[in-house]
Amino acid sequence: MKNQEPTQLETRYGEPKLRRYHQAKWDEPVIFELTCPGERGILVPEVQEGIRNTAGDVRAALPEKMRRKAPPALPELSQLRVLRHYLRLSQENLGVDLNIDVGQGTCTMKYSPKINDQFARSSKMADLHPLQDEDTVQGILEIMYRFELILKEISGMDQFSLQPAAGSAAIYTNVSIIRAYHHARGDTSRNEIITTIFSHPSNAACARTAGFKIITLHPDENGYPDLSSLKAVISDRTAGLLITNPEDTGIFNPRIEEFVRAIHEAGGLCSYDQANANGVLGITRARAAGFDLCHFNLHKTFSSPHGCGGPAVGATGVSSELARFLPVPVVEFNGLKYHLNYDRPDSIGKVGPFYGVAPVVLRSYAWVMALGARGLREVAEIAVLNNNYLLKKMLAIPGVSAPFAKGKRRIEQVRYSWEELTKETGIHSEEIGLRAADFGVHYWTSHHPYVVPEPCTLEPTESYSKEDLDEYVAILRHVAEEARHNPELVKTAPHNATIHTINHSPLDDPARWAMTWRAYLKKKRET
Amino acid sequence: MKDERPTVYPYIPNSVPEVKARMLKDVGAASAEDFYESVPEKLRIKGRMNLPDPLLSECTLKRHVEGILARNKTAGEHLSFLGAGCWQHHVPAVCDEVNQRSEFLTAYAGEPYDDHGRFQTLFEYTSMMGELLNMDVVNVPTYDGFQATATALRMAARITGRCEVLVARTLSEGKLSKIRDYLKPDLKIRLIDYDRLSGHVSRNALQTAISSETAAVYFENPSYLGSIEVAGDEIARTAHDHGAISVVGVNPMSLGVLTPPADYGADIVCGDIQPLGMHMQFGGGQAGFIATRDEEKYVMEFPSRLFGITSTRVAGEYGFGDVAYERTSFALREKGKEWVGTAAALWGITAGVYLALMGPQGMVEIGEGIMSRSRYAMLEMSKINGIQTPFFHSPHFGEFVASFDDTGKTVADINRGLLERGIFGGKDLSGEFPELGESALYSVTEVHTKEDIDRLATALKEVCA
Repeated sequence: MKNQEPTQLETRYGEPKLRRYHQAKWDEPVIFELTCPGERGILVPEVQEGIRNTAGDVRAALPEKMRRKAPPALPELSQLRVLRHYLRLSQENLGVDLNIDVGQGTCTMKYSPKINDQFARSSKMADLHPLQDEDTVQGILEIMYRFELILKEISGMDQFSLQPAAGSAAIYTNVSIIRAYHHARGDTSRNEIITTIFSHPSNAACARTAGFKIITLHPDENGYPDLSSLKAVISDRTAGLLITNPEDTGIFNPRIEEFVRAIHEAGGLCSYDQANANGVLGITRARAAGFDLCHFNLHKTFSSPHGCGGPAVGATGVSSELARFLPVPVVEFNGLKYHLNYDRPDSIGKVGPFYGVAPVVLRSYAWVMALGARGLREVAEIAVLNNNYLLKKMLAIPGVSAPFAKGKRRIEQVRYSWEELTKETGIHSEEIGLRAADFGVHYWTSHHPYVVPEPCTLEPTESYSKEDLDEYVAILRHVAEEARHNPELVKTAPHNATIHTINHSPLDDPARWAMTWRAYLKKKRET
Repeated sequence: MKDERPTVYPYIPNSVPEVKARMLKDVGAASAEDFYESVPEKLRIKGRMNLPDPLLSECTLKRHVEGILARNKTAGEHLSFLGAGCWQHHVPAVCDEVNQRSEFLTAYAGEPYDDHGRFQTLFEYTSMMGELLNMDVVNVPTYDGFQATATALRMAARITGRCEVLVARTLSEGKLSKIRDYLKPDLKIRLIDYDRLSGHVSRNALQTAISSETAAVYFENPSYLGSIEVAGDEIARTAHDHGAISVVGVNPMSLGVLTPPADYGADIVCGDIQPLGMHMQFGGGQAGFIATRDEEKYVMEFPSRLFGITSTRVAGEYGFGDVAYERTSFALREKGKEWVGTAAALWGITAGVYLALMGPQGMVEIGEGIMSRSRYAMLEMSKINGIQTPFFHSPHFGEFVASFDDTGKTVADINRGLLERGIFGGKDLSGEFPELGESALYSVTEVHTKEDIDRLATALKEVCA
């Protein structure tokens, strides 16, 4: 296949030059193929004679059926070979630090400052056991307490829990609290949760897991559901509303307060999914619109790195009325000492071990402290400026549209549609993304279902410069032109990534799928 | 007004006033206010939020944060015998080297193309866990062992179509609390008592409780209290005889020496991988695994992502991707299995590095070393006047219960005395297991030397006296 280099379409005057990118390709085998019997990656401390003499042969003392017969068939590699294998694989992974990562709209990762990693990795953080005497962990408890104060000021909520281990875990926690609230009032008949199609799928999924029936509202031409469509589904079975605002489209629902009021009037509670609060920091608070609960993803809005998908924290905030239901323990301060309070009889209990992912909280605290109130406001304003700048540039690409709320400003992201280009060229959004990968950037379509046809969701956050945004748009403009002039090149992408088009069919076939190397070898032998 | 001088923020490139002005002009906006026209005035924050003054320079920030952290006293600076779900093990330097790589640390949701490395490392992680567990299907990590257990029980309920689970009581209060919250809508939990002498699951209690309503029988091995359940095969058989699923929680660190639960009949195995290369981080190093046989009826009930290996259009090239994606909430929202989202992937990659470094021999040696040291500690402590080790005659892995009833002191008293001597004593069990009296759970790992344990024994003699 010809191409790889963007030669046939020279860059326009004033636009960035497209990169002649190629991702690392080490052709790295699966680690089991690298095994060399006898090699050791690390040695473990030997059992001292005094211990062995007293303890005896502990394996021999095990009942026969509990003694493992053969060592686990793990690979055997010397230390450098393990390191080299993983470093090669790291080079075959893009990561936010290396690309203009605006393509993961709704969840675009922002820059995660390196100094905060130093804090998270310091012995004073890394080597704390969660059950140490409180006197020995006053530092980390102080960080947690201070950070909760910050979140209260940002959201207007009265109390927080940092225990949920990610955004979805926080949504589940909030739904659990909603259930506990109704049950505490003796009301066990409320079994419906209302959400919107442009709220994160976990709002629907977590509430369903918690046993609720899900009612999903769809947008009108403004991009958010009409108040009357909400009122039509509210009843005495309504337990609560889980909603994002702005939704995935980046459109802020200006009638949100009326939504909340309508739910309240029917006796329900309202939970604000603020996983991504990037565009509204210092602008508006969850509590101002009357929300009873909210959550923030610290691994998104508050800059903690995403780690290929966690560890993370979904900080859950509630009104004073709901505070008694929060998970245990909560961090308290008596003016002298920080303390973990477990004595909360109405609590929903534990939603995870210990107190959540403390190093993520630490990073987020440091991030806020580096910015302050003005800085957080700047984060929001620049994120929104970047987004509207990107919107203007994107709409100048023939074949792109931004459905709903035509001509209106957006907050932090936009869900675009390539429908027009697809109709013209037969190239789908997903294919555009795979071709974009050839220029060293990540691109994502959207959450399912594709309400917006041929969608892509871009969110620039505050982390990317004007030049970065120009480059990203230039890549998509170039790919769109390729779709017209050389569609085969786009259809067969990626060309410059580590690997080529994947054969997907075995991944959905029980006879051929293999989620471990051992399963793969077995199935290969069988065929 | 000094305060109003525009700050150029190093994390915000377009905070440069000239750039901002040019971009505003480009989009035809007078100021950022224009973008917020849809946010009603009533909802707007008036003025500035009340937050601490920023520490704009990295140098100042570092002093501030390190100043607070300095108030922590670490398990490294002290001698710690705390475990109870988060264990102090040596973390190989290579684990840290790999998980601090920007490419892994900052990646999120790349495609199997731009993030080939993420897919391969996580596939390798599940593959190495598969060897350790002797099972063919392992998930991309969920949040933690609590979530893994709660989900394993929900999976069992969906597979059997039944709504009661039997849970051996020798698990932590916290995990039980999580399970209760998670199963609350539609599943019943019955606790199965344990034998006071051995710490083992009471077979009588199990026989009495099990019925045709039972979806799952869950126990941990080693149990939360440290003893090794030796009748796993019989418990599994009892479960199977009643059409129930055997779910076993296991500490993966034990599997170089202990029989993997699949070999004594477990259908779903779950647990936490924190011991495999994660620093304790005040509880921030937890990550959960769930493993099953490669049977469609099990696979299709996983909520988590499952990464599979496949080919590409280039001969000899491996590709990786999501297996049976259509079961997930990403694909189906509320019609998916529970939910999936960001969880603890970086710890999965790290555990893979750990297992690759340790190899088969390393896992055997570390398991044996932990058992030897904990046995030694148990023997030495049981020699001390007033200290009993309740399940003395059962084999243990890494942890054991020490009872201080005969000293007339509370665990809180004992631990205060130990802390004065620079030692973190075992986890106080008096609230969780009142029937064990003033008892504590002691954890001993490969990091402890004979001298450490002897120092503990000497300190305990003083404190108990």
